[in-house]
Amino acid sequence: MDLLLPGLLRGVGIGSLYALLAVSFVIIYRATTVVNFAQPALMILGSYFTALFAVQLGLPFPLAVLLAMAALAVVGAVTERVAMRPLVGQPVFSAAMVTVGVFIVLTMVANRLIGPGIIVVGDPWGIEFLRVGSLTVFQSDVARTVLGLGAVGAVGLFLKRSRVGLAMRATSLDQETALAQGVDVGRMFSLAWAISAALAGLAGMLVGTGSGGLEATAALIALKALPVIILGGIDSIEGAVVAGLLVGVAEALTRVYQPLYAPWLGANFDVVVPYVILMATLMVRPYGLFGTPEVERV
Amino acid sequence: MSVPRAVRRGRPELYSDYAADMALLNTPAKRAWSAAILVAAVALPLLLDRDLLGLATQVVVYALAGIGLNLIAGYAGQLSLGHAFFMGLGAYTAALLGGTGGATVRGYELDLLVWLPLAGVVPALFGWVVAPLAARVKGLYLAILTLGLLFVGEHVFKEASWLTGGSGLGRAPAEAVVLGFDLYEARVLLGREIPAEGVFYLFCLILLVVLGVLARNLARSRTGRAFAAVRDRDIAAEVMGVPLVRTKRLAFTLSSFYAGVAGALLTVLLGYTTPERWNLLLSIDFLAVVLIGGVATVTGPIAGAAFVVLMPRFIETFAGSLPFIAGTVGAPGILNVFQLQRMLFGVMIVVFLVLEPRGLFGIWIRVRNYFRAWPFSY
Repeated sequence: MDLLLPGLLRGVGIGSLYALLAVSFVIIYRATTVVNFAQPALMILGSYFTALFAVQLGLPFPLAVLLAMAALAVVGAVTERVAMRPLVGQPVFSAAMVTVGVFIVLTMVANRLIGPGIIVVGDPWGIEFLRVGSLTVFQSDVARTVLGLGAVGAVGLFLKRSRVGLAMRATSLDQETALAQGVDVGRMFSLAWAISAALAGLAGMLVGTGSGGLEATAALIALKALPVIILGGIDSIEGAVVAGLLVGVAEALTRVYQPLYAPWLGANFDVVVPYVILMATLMVRPYGLFGTPEVERV
Repeated sequence: MSVPRAVRRGRPELYSDYAADMALLNTPAKRAWSAAILVAAVALPLLLDRDLLGLATQVVVYALAGIGLNLIAGYAGQLSLGHAFFMGLGAYTAALLGGTGGATVRGYELDLLVWLPLAGVVPALFGWVVAPLAARVKGLYLAILTLGLLFVGEHVFKEASWLTGGSGLGRAPAEAVVLGFDLYEARVLLGREIPAEGVFYLFCLILLVVLGVLARNLARSRTGRAFAAVRDRDIAAEVMGVPLVRTKRLAFTLSSFYAGVAGALLTVLLGYTTPERWNLLLSIDFLAVVLIGGVATVTGPIAGAAFVVLMPRFIETFAGSLPFIAGTVGAPGILNVFQLQRMLFGVMIVVFLVLEPRGLFGIWIRVRNYFRAWPFSY
């Protein structure tokens, strides 16, 4: 029990972060049926912009986060317009490979901006913790859970309730029909990329909290969202949240228990646990927990 | 059925049977160009110095791996991000069998004739075993699945220190010795001294020609047509009697074989390898080789490999004359050379996919057709 509860809390913290990243993948997937491999680079740019606004320019932290998200939204929308729009109607394979190219370019931009050292995002939480009874709760985990799930909830509400959200859902269901109803499908693509990049930017800030700082190579953390979207179903926001928490908890508990019970799996096995879950999911239930099975004609 | 010379004169593309049409070198132009390129490639060790020969060898090895990836991703249409993992598997099989043991790593110092085939066979067997699982998913799901394989594989490589030397440490590769003849040693040929890289380059070139022709032959056979059918519409292919799982399994196995051989050769060339080398970025390199070269071609990846390997060197050479580029890491400038190289690499992938999805091969086709129809532009 001494190990279980802290492990669970840690898992919920990381899991919320994964859920946030996964939702950012899902939004682009729903709009354009492309898995955006550039998301890690967008995330690390989010960390950079937060650090820039909060630490170097000394703005208040909440304002800095919002500004960073806005900056990322612009980066996302521009990327969509420049690199993705010419590929509408092309095979998904090409579009996915273009996002790989974009990933390389944006990673190098982030590399240049961040440099060889580390950056701190200037979050007010640091390694502070709360005490609940005999339990230690890291504030960064609380922040990840509240902000991560809060942002996902806000986006979910926006998609469900607002007029633009309805247009976005229509676009993801059937582009031509949406077009016929007067929806500007191209603008919906831009919007999807902007929202998704902004969420990735927020995730970039959350990755940087509660640690000594971030290197440019931390971007690959965002790829952990791929197991999450597979487990949850690649087109389901609810699925992303549930699966994010599951994967986060599984990873955190492995970190606690694997060295005790299965040391032969090697050091840092918890890092690959999400990928093991990913492979198992694809074998057993390829469309995930909440995904829509694809129906195909010959 | 051969066509009489009198009839064929001035009509080089007159075919009277299917075999002639499907022949590897079915036009005189192709025959001439292939011969010229081959002669030039063989003559390279006499012309270049050691440093450039090392690069040329890398082009050949990258082309080999690219052809392997093209078998699965181009011909069979199964996008795999796990290519680097299969290369690593081949590299470590070779290092274990052909390398020298040490304090932590094992090595059996066997002959190249043993380790090189096995460096292909072991990854191929692994591919053969996992392929039925991979055949359950397709498209982007397969890409993500193979990405998972890559990460789990990297973890295994890092942990198996008796095989790989361990994370961050690495080990020396296999010794390229065939029956006592060292392939990585300076030799005298035609009265000229050929550096070690040149000798090894010639060996890799022979392998590339053999395996390249093999791939090309496979692609124009029944198997190749089955690959293409699975790529274009897998359900329709299955309806027509192409066994889906068996075809995908074959594609996986063959592609892993090529990857393993290329991985083994690459470590011999580079002289040292760490478990971290076989990562996502290396896989992306080979996707670029295929995409920039030309999807579902054999000559394409060779051109693509030359592009991907030589472009960084090209930039390095000319970066000094660009005002805003720093020559070394840490020097002032908007970008350093490494960042510029990687960034242009990413840009090239995007540019080719957007503007010329058929890659360098497609550009060649356009140029050829222009001159073929000259002076008519259409």
